[in-house]
Amino acid sequence: MKIPKFESLKEGDEIPTLKIQSVSRHTLALYCGASGDHNPIHVDLDYAKSVGLEDVIAHGMLSAGYLGRMLTNWVPQSTIRSIKNRFTAMTHIGDSITCTGKVTEKFEKENEKLVRIEMQAHTPNSQTIIAEAVIALE
Amino acid sequence: MIEKKHIGHEFRPVTLTVEVGRLKFLAKALGITEGIYVDPNAAKVAGLPGLLAPPTYPFVLEIEALELVDLVSFLGETLGKLLHGEENFTYFGPIYAGDEITVSKKITDIIDKKGGALQFVISKTEFTNQNDKKVAETLTNYVFRH
Repeated sequence: MKIPKFESLKEGDEIPTLKIQSVSRHTLALYCGASGDHNPIHVDLDYAKSVGLEDVIAHGMLSAGYLGRMLTNWVPQSTIRSIKNRFTAMTHIGDSITCTGKVTEKFEKENEKLVRIEMQAHTPNSQTIIAEAVIALE
Repeated sequence: MIEKKHIGHEFRPVTLTVEVGRLKFLAKALGITEGIYVDPNAAKVAGLPGLLAPPTYPFVLEIEALELVDLVSFLGETLGKLLHGEENFTYFGPIYAGDEITVSKKITDIIDKKGGALQFVISKTEFTNQNDKKVAETLTNYVFRH
């Protein structure tokens, strides 16, 4: 991995995107078991219908996990100081998920050179997560 | 409606072992294939004490320490009303397979929205490893639709 340099980044720079072609029921079953988020709203169609949904919905944290994966594809995990995820819409079965991010600020704090990355996850119809990461670079 | 008396409630801290199998399973679910996350030998070659837990792993410990169904029932609610509003991570150090992480969760606020049609339950969770080093903190916003 070639680690980006603080000096070489500028506001507006985009980081490499991550695209998931399609969210399947299998993906949600795996994430249910792996994450321990056993809320049946994500894996049990009968339950989802009983609470007024047409189908199961994806875990928000699945897409947050993809945003984290986009970041660790770009920089070593040890550079990540924080990630904030705000869930803004539901992700449905069959949706593609596109993760994007761009540099919005460069600043220094406590002797560290930091970049703020504004990130988003979106499906074809909605923006599903608004996120922000702070990364420390040399 | 969730009662405001729960603000300030601290759940009993729980100490959990970070398991190799669980990390591999999480990596599989997220499509992560990089060696330091899935192959203990690759982690060793990279100079790490064990597999590296990915950035969202503290959330896994958070719900292993307190299952959503138990949190919801503590608040007197049902799972069907729950939506995940926010999950914010702050990192102070890495988490590796084999670590013993103590998870301490506290309800820090309960906020009524839209005249009580929605309620936000905010919690702060701290993750401390076997060397008494705080490695992460999460702020979670649970949204209840009434």
